[in-house]
Amino acid sequence: MDFIYSTWPWYVAGPLIALTMFLLMKMGKKFGMSSNLRTMCSIGGAGKFVDFFKFDWKKDIWNLYVVAGVILGGFVALQFLSPTAPQINPDVVAQLQELGINSTNSAFLPTELFSLDSLLTIKGFSILLIGGFLVGFGARYAGGCTSGHAISGLSNLQLPSLIAVVGFFIGGLVMVHLIFPLIF
Amino acid sequence: MQKFLSFFGIGLFLGILFIKSEVASWFRIYEMFQFKSFHMYGIIGSAIAIGIVMVKYFKYNDTKDFSGNKITINPKEKGFTRYIAGGVIFGLGWALAGACPGPMYVLLGSMLPSILVLILGALLGTFVYGALRNKLPH
Repeated sequence: MDFIYSTWPWYVAGPLIALTMFLLMKMGKKFGMSSNLRTMCSIGGAGKFVDFFKFDWKKDIWNLYVVAGVILGGFVALQFLSPTAPQINPDVVAQLQELGINSTNSAFLPTELFSLDSLLTIKGFSILLIGGFLVGFGARYAGGCTSGHAISGLSNLQLPSLIAVVGFFIGGLVMVHLIFPLIF
Repeated sequence: MQKFLSFFGIGLFLGILFIKSEVASWFRIYEMFQFKSFHMYGIIGSAIAIGIVMVKYFKYNDTKDFSGNKITINPKEKGFTRYIAGGVIFGLGWALAGACPGPMYVLLGSMLPSILVLILGALLGTFVYGALRNKLPH
């Protein structure tokens, strides 16, 4: 049982992600985790305002079944299967301390950003809302996210996916190296 | 019902995997963008390496899915602007929120209300993209 409780190493997790992609393709679908956001907008009635959301979402209902499973899986894993927090590189722990984040190695998510106390501040609320917004906007603009472009797209050796992944890294590096020092 | 259970089961497996491999941890994403750990690169890299062989095998052998239809992959449209611009915007959010769309749902399991704000933001971003789509360069 030790294996279940400790961090799954990359050489286990990577192949298991590939296995998930294999199963979804064998089921006639694709591995992508952001198109369900469009489906949810459509179900919520966004098609009344914007044509982009007028589509036959019933065909895509399967991706909401996946989301439902993902939510339960996350609950089970976080509540029962994860006794230790991620252990991060010591250099990074020190860097985060300088930014005022001290929950490294003791929590799964930084409490400084995700706690209820932080959520109730304008800064804390804005970081989460803007972070989510950029993810949702960028994923649809680029036509995919980490799963759709980085994993499925690169597996198919598609040039558009390579361009998108280069973009992901440009954005991520700019945020972490140039913008974080300004906001924290 | 069987259809629901099979997709739900894949999701359940993926949810546990995202937590146990820690790809849904904000700290892991930060560490990745600092190039201070091989963990994330190993996960994404090995998934792609296996994926490349798998897709080649599917194409070479005309592999069929469980319903007997040939597995086809619709290639993304050619282009540059939308992929680089959308990619950069996505990357900014990925690093700030420390989560991409899959992990956002997984993190609901933490029972933190802040995750709802994150998902609300993602839905809002998707909606605004849809509204501005015709005005954006693609």
